[in-house]
Amino acid sequence: MSRRYAMAVDTRRCVGCNACVISCKTENDLPSGAFRDWIVTEARGQFPDLTLQIRSERCNHCAETPCVAACPTGASHVAAGGTVLVNRRKCTGCKACMVACPYGARSVHPDGHVDKCTFCLHRVERGQSPACVETCPTRSLTFGDLADPGSGVARLVAHRPHQVLQPEAGTRPFVFFLT
Amino acid sequence: MTELDVARHNPLLDPGLQAWGWEIPAYLFLGGMAAGVMVLTTLLLARPGERSTALRWLPFAAPALVTVGMLALFLDVEHKLFVWRFYLAFRWSSPMSWGAWILLLVYPVSLLVALAALDEGQAEWLAARLGRLGPPVRGARGLALRHAAGLRVANVAVGAGLGLYTGVLLSTLAARALWSSTVLGPVFLASGLSTGAALLMLFPVNPEERHLLARWDLWAIGVEAVLLLLFLVGLASGTAAGQSAAGLLLGGPFTAAFWLLVVGAGLTLPALIELLEGRRLLRATVAAPALVLVGGLALRWILVSAGQT
Repeated sequence: MSRRYAMAVDTRRCVGCNACVISCKTENDLPSGAFRDWIVTEARGQFPDLTLQIRSERCNHCAETPCVAACPTGASHVAAGGTVLVNRRKCTGCKACMVACPYGARSVHPDGHVDKCTFCLHRVERGQSPACVETCPTRSLTFGDLADPGSGVARLVAHRPHQVLQPEAGTRPFVFFLT
Repeated sequence: MTELDVARHNPLLDPGLQAWGWEIPAYLFLGGMAAGVMVLTTLLLARPGERSTALRWLPFAAPALVTVGMLALFLDVEHKLFVWRFYLAFRWSSPMSWGAWILLLVYPVSLLVALAALDEGQAEWLAARLGRLGPPVRGARGLALRHAAGLRVANVAVGAGLGLYTGVLLSTLAARALWSSTVLGPVFLASGLSTGAALLMLFPVNPEERHLLARWDLWAIGVEAVLLLLFLVGLASGTAAGQSAAGLLLGGPFTAAFWLLVVGAGLTLPALIELLEGRRLLRATVAAPALVLVGGLALRWILVSAGQT
């Protein structure tokens, strides 16, 4: 059976420390001002009945990919395990994928090509976890193969209530936020 | 109450900030105008009777406009050394890929039509000034004259494709609620025909040609107004995202610009002026076409920036 990489983000564990953001920047040698993941803090309700959700967000590596559809050169593509990647040698920097993405998960690298989260595929292929997952001090992040029912991510998604971002966009995201 | 705090302050990444700047609306404006020029000059030249000298030269405006538009596109593209990658792939799902190839089709078709539109004297004048390019230009004109009928059909088809695609480019990007309307393609085509007619009216065409252009422009303005109304009704009566997108033009930050520049200056005023000109109550001036051009640019500018907020 083919692999389907996914990530579970436990919003009950995440404290918004930004370690995932910094480890991603370091691992992927990102330029100043650029990020591939980020922290969102969402407060809802009226005082005193407030709820707070902290999320570590990144590209959702969707199953339906408007970014790949919009790309005129094939630079944006779906790679191993459903990971959405950009081939920088094919990218013209036209930004069609950036306006097509409902999550704002892409940015222009100072070199001109479009940049985004890769699920650290270079590490995953060596048997390691993505940098953000390995660094997370509260173990909020779980990465793995959703097609393998025994994997940590598959078990979390099977047993914990969860949500995806903007399900109405019809993109079928593969980053799950455990609530 | 919902309060969002996002820990990133990156102008490149923040979706509230714009990925597409002035270059894209400028290109959509010039491309739409070129489409209008292709369709309208073909119609004017296919008609029997006298043709002005200006009209015989004006088909060249289409490739010239597309060239300036492509320059704007080139300025927008961030990975400039890799621009040739557009022409190593055709991606049917990507309107931008369709556009890249349509732009390439515009050149041979519109240039051949333009050469065929010249009379003998003009063609000789041009060939004599082109030096070594003279003989191939004479050859191309001969070819164009032999296939004039087919080329006219191709020019109208490619022109309509170009005009439609400038709107479809935006309307397929479902992540931006304001653009997520299939009416946008026809809106941009109608506006392209209108701005194309306006550009042609700025040149010394003869009174009969001017009269026809003003009449066609009135039709295009009417169709564009109805389509814009449908566009707003479609969004405002749709999903929550569509309603908030329509709100940008109906009370939100782009309301004044949209109603004053697009609806007022770009549609209503020139339509009134052209109506009065048609009834010989006003002398034909550059006022109406100039206003149409302002409105056409404003329409694209407002839609591209409002769609990204």
